[in-house]
Amino acid sequence: MIGSSRAGARRRPQRHLPLQIFLGFVVVYFLVPFWWVIVNSSKDASGLFGGGNTLWFADRIDYFGNLQRLFTYDGGIYGRWILNSTLYALAGGIGATILAVMAGYGFAKYRFAGRRFSFSVLLGALMVPATALVIPTFMMFSGLGLTNTIWAVILPSLLNPFGVYLMHVYARDAVPDEILDAARVDGAGELRTFFQVAFPLMRPAVVTVLLLSAVASWNNYFLPLAMLSDNRLFPVTVGLGLWQGIASANNAGSTSLWSLIILGALVSVIPLIIAFFTLQRHWRGGLSVGGLR
Amino acid sequence: MTLLIEESAARTQKKTKKVRGKVRLREHVMGWLFVGPFGIVFLALLIAPLAYAFYLSLWQKKLIGGVSFVFLGNYVKAFTDPTFLSGVWFVIRFSLVAIPLQIIVALVMALILDGVTSLFTRFSRLMIFLPYAIPTVIGAVMWGFLYSKSFGPLSDIFGLFGATAPDFFSKNLIFYGLVNIVTWQWSGYYMIILYAALQGIDPALYEAARMDGAGKWQIALRIKIPLIAPALLLILVFSLIGTLQFFNEPQILRNLAAGTISPGFTPNMYAYQQAFGLANFTYGSAISFALGGVVFACVYLFLFFTRKRRSFF
Repeated sequence: MIGSSRAGARRRPQRHLPLQIFLGFVVVYFLVPFWWVIVNSSKDASGLFGGGNTLWFADRIDYFGNLQRLFTYDGGIYGRWILNSTLYALAGGIGATILAVMAGYGFAKYRFAGRRFSFSVLLGALMVPATALVIPTFMMFSGLGLTNTIWAVILPSLLNPFGVYLMHVYARDAVPDEILDAARVDGAGELRTFFQVAFPLMRPAVVTVLLLSAVASWNNYFLPLAMLSDNRLFPVTVGLGLWQGIASANNAGSTSLWSLIILGALVSVIPLIIAFFTLQRHWRGGLSVGGLR
Repeated sequence: MTLLIEESAARTQKKTKKVRGKVRLREHVMGWLFVGPFGIVFLALLIAPLAYAFYLSLWQKKLIGGVSFVFLGNYVKAFTDPTFLSGVWFVIRFSLVAIPLQIIVALVMALILDGVTSLFTRFSRLMIFLPYAIPTVIGAVMWGFLYSKSFGPLSDIFGLFGATAPDFFSKNLIFYGLVNIVTWQWSGYYMIILYAALQGIDPALYEAARMDGAGKWQIALRIKIPLIAPALLLILVFSLIGTLQFFNEPQILRNLAAGTISPGFTPNMYAYQQAFGLANFTYGSAISFALGGVVFACVYLFLFFTRKRRSFF
C-alpha cells in the first residue's frame, strides 16, 4: 500500500483514496496554526476576545486597519524590526555562504597540508549547536565592547560548519577533477577555474546553503536576545517575543497589543514562505545531498 | 604559520622535482587560500569563545571577595545542582518522546509521498514542510495562541463533544504541549530529507523485489527503510543535539505559563538565567559546558549503540 514504486505509479496512476484522505487530515494539522493566524489577524480586540468562533472570521474584517496600527505602533518599531531581520539575514546569509562555498571547494579539491586534521575539526564542530555558543560568544564580545551592535548578531552568523560540510560533499561529487585539470591545461588560473568552471556546477548547493543560512539568521532568537538590549536593533523574532511578554504580563490591559502580535507573526513569516516557494527547485536538490551522506 | 612551513617545504622539494614541486606548492597555497577565510572565522567565533568561556568557568563569583579560582568547582556544583539535573532529566525525557515521534511522522509521510503521486501529494509535501520556514519563536507564539484559554479554539472544539479542553499550560500537560510544537515544526524538514533519499533509490530494486514476490509493505520495510538508514541516522543525531539544547519554545511559552515553566526548566534556560538574569557569568558558562558534555555523551552513546546494531538494519 505504501511502497508502490514510481515505475508502478507511472504505468497506471494510483490514486490510493484512503491514503490521500489520511494525508488530507495530516495537512489540516500542519496548517491549523497558519489558518488561526490568518483568521484572527483580521479581528480587532473585541472580535478577538468577544467569544466568537476562534477558527472563523468575525463580522468585521479589518486587515487594513490592523496593518496600519501594526506599522505605526510605538513609532513604527515593527517596520524597523523587519528591516533589521532582513539586514541580519542577508548579511549573515551571504557572508556565511561565500565562506562555506570557498572552504567546501578548498577541502574537496586541494590536497593541502593539514587538510585531514582541519576537516576532522570541522566535523567535530558540527556537533556544537549554535545555541551552545551564545553565552561564550556574548562574554567574548562584551569584553571587546561589541555587544548591542549589529555586528554582535551578524558576525556569529557567518559561522556555518554544516554549510561547509554540504559544499564539500557537493563539490566532491558534482565537480569532476578532469574538468578542472582540463581548464588548467587550457591555461586558466586557479581563481578563474573556480569562478567559471566549478562555481556553475555547484550552484544548486550554493542556493541551498544561502537559503539555509539566511533562514537560520532570520529565525535566530537566542543570540540576538542575549546580545542586544536596544529594542531598535531587535530582529522581528525578539521584538515579537518582547511584545508577547508585555501583553501576557498585563493580561487585560493590553488587549489591543494581542491583535498586533498576531498580525505581526503573520507578516513576519511571509518573506520566508515566498523565498522557500520560489526557490523550491534549488534547495530540494541540495538537501538530498546532505541527507544521503 | 603552517602555511609558511609547508610553503618552504614545498620549495625544497621543487629543486629536486621541478614540475611536481610546483604542483604541490600550488595545492598547499590554493587550498589554504580557499579554506583560510572560513578558518579565521572558525577560530575567532568558535574556538576563541569556547576557550574564553571555559577559562571563565574555572572561576567563581562570590558576593564578598570578588572572583576566585576554583578549578572544576563550578562543574562539581553544576552536577550536584538539583535545578540543572532536573533540567537535564527533562530534556533527556523530552528527546526520548519527541524525537521518535518526529521521525515516525516524517518517515510515514515520506513513504506515502514517495509511493503515491498526485497533484494533492505534491501540495501536501509543501504544506507539511511549511512550518520549517517559520521561526521557532513564531511557531511557539502561534501554538501559544491555539493553547490559550481566552482566544484559542480548543475549548470550542472540545465543547462540541461536551468535554473540557485540556490546558496545555498546566504542569501535567506542558510536556505534551511542547512535544506537539516541535513535532509540528520539524517533521516536515525531516520528511523532505527522507523523501529526497527515497527518490534517490533505483526503482529497478523494487522491480526485482516484486519478481521475488515481495509485497508493498515488504518493499517499504525491507528495501526502502534500510536504504535510507544513513539519512535516518543523520537526522536522529541532529535532532538529538538540537533537542538537548531546547530553549526557544519553553522560553516563549514561559510568558503564558509562568507558573508551570520555571526559569531553570531546561539546562540552556538555566544557563541563560544565570548569565543574564543573575549576571553570574562564570556559573552560566560552566552550565553551558556541562550541558555540552551531556550532549557529547548522549550522541556518543547513541552512535555506539547504532553501530553495534547496524547489522539489524
